[in-house]
Amino acid sequence: MIVIFGIFLLTLLVITAIAIVRTDNLFVAVMLLGIASLLIAGNFFLLDAADVALTEAAVGAGISTVLFLSALALTSERERARSSNKALSFTVVAAAALILIYATFDKPRFGDPQAPSQIHVAPWYLEKTPEYIDIPNVVTAVLGSFRGYDTLGEVFVVFTAGIGVLFLLGSGVPLGSLPREKFNEGLRHHLIPRVVGRVLIPFILLFGLYVQFHGEYGPGGGFQAGAIIAAAIILFALLEGEKRAMSVIPARALLGLMAFGPLLYVAVGVAGIVLGGNFLDYSVLSSDSVKGQQLGILLIEAGVGITVTGVLLSIFHAFAARGR
Amino acid sequence: MTMLLDILSWVLLSLGGLSILIGGIGALRMPELYTRMHAASITDSMGTILVLLGIMLQAGWSLATIKLIAILLFLLLTSPTSSNALASAALLAGTRPSEEAGQDVDEGEDEGEEKE
Amino acid sequence: MEFLGLYNYWVFAILLMIGFYAVIAKRNLVKKLIGLSLFQTAVFLLYITMGKVDGGTAPIFSDAGTTIFSNPLPQVLILTAIVVGISTTALGLGIIVRLKEEYGSIEEHEIQEIDEQ
Repeated sequence: MIVIFGIFLLTLLVITAIAIVRTDNLFVAVMLLGIASLLIAGNFFLLDAADVALTEAAVGAGISTVLFLSALALTSERERARSSNKALSFTVVAAAALILIYATFDKPRFGDPQAPSQIHVAPWYLEKTPEYIDIPNVVTAVLGSFRGYDTLGEVFVVFTAGIGVLFLLGSGVPLGSLPREKFNEGLRHHLIPRVVGRVLIPFILLFGLYVQFHGEYGPGGGFQAGAIIAAAIILFALLEGEKRAMSVIPARALLGLMAFGPLLYVAVGVAGIVLGGNFLDYSVLSSDSVKGQQLGILLIEAGVGITVTGVLLSIFHAFAARGR
Repeated sequence: MTMLLDILSWVLLSLGGLSILIGGIGALRMPELYTRMHAASITDSMGTILVLLGIMLQAGWSLATIKLIAILLFLLLTSPTSSNALASAALLAGTRPSEEAGQDVDEGEDEGEEKE
Repeated sequence: MEFLGLYNYWVFAILLMIGFYAVIAKRNLVKKLIGLSLFQTAVFLLYITMGKVDGGTAPIFSDAGTTIFSNPLPQVLILTAIVVGISTTALGLGIIVRLKEEYGSIEEHEIQEIDEQ
């Protein structure tokens, strides 16, 4: 049964990808990209990757579509020229695809428990997580504790992207400098989306907090929670208008959020040094080393969530306030 | 009893799948935007309710059922709202319901489909 | 089950090349970014496919008492990669918006023509 679902989802994914490349209306391409993200999120779930499916659905199908659409609102919607060197590109691409398909016959059998990737580090992580960290979600344990450096680097990548977009597009025009009607009044005259949105936004925020704090017990964690909370606030900005959204959460607060997240993460790492261990060693944060690990993971996931929220909202406001 | 629940849930799931299929065929075959949305809304309402009820019967009385009820409520609130927003956006952009789509089959001739 | 595994790898190869074709052959900058996003999605599919174990479940200890889990390490890597991908996309879109403001077009050949003048 799983075989049929898997093949169905993957075939739809290939069809969607071909449609994305062939259409020349960019809005259509962005919408199809959202559908492709959702299809691959479904496929990730079939392959037992629950955390990854949640992240792909929240970030890929949600935030990515909004960012593309807000950028398309500032540029053109149609792709004008036909492509160049179609025959040459197609030959190169087809040859590379055939070589890759030829290589797949030598890959380890799908699902083989004795494949090289399954016998090296993974059994150690699965065995030692109950002993050192004692939380049910092994992915969060590996992400937060065993591979904490990688996550620190990733938080800084997200932070850098936020700073980069703010340098390029500015943090939004100050409120007093543009005449009032230039600001997006939102869907002020559309009653139904506004009413339903107002009812739903608190629950979406609550769900974001649930995902944040349940990252240790089930699929979830900082990245997904940051994306969901940012999506709720973007919904508010779309419904009520940019001006009202900026007055609720001003640009300086967003900059503060953006900076506070990595600061919290590094502070937890330095606290490890100050209390006698290594950088990002959570065992020394509390008298019981297992509790210390759990406290450390909680704090850094909070840092990650705050960073992702601040950065995604800053990027959205930078796009939305431009050219208005 | 479990046999009865199983059969019932399979019936509900099949009917839900059939509704989604009908919605999909309608979205492809209808002549213009507003009629297509009308067909696709069958997927939003009937398809969602039937499929989720079928899964709820499979899950029995557990935490999963409560989560499924929450999902059902959320989908019932948001899908019609997004259809409404889509139709409002189409109206604002200038797409008007075509004359031919409103006529009965017996009355008017099909002079060809109006582009949206 | 083996056919599903092979199919996953073939779809990875095809999706990779579709994304790559969009990057090299299309002239519109936003289309190139979308192609890059497809390329990244294909790579994610490859990693997660390689992490699956027969008869395993998601690597979350639960009361159900299962002992076979799929590999958690590729999932951690891909979680990071998804977020890094969206950051790169956001930065790329910012650059495209600025290019549009400076050159008036987001078609690659038109920008090159304006540059050569």
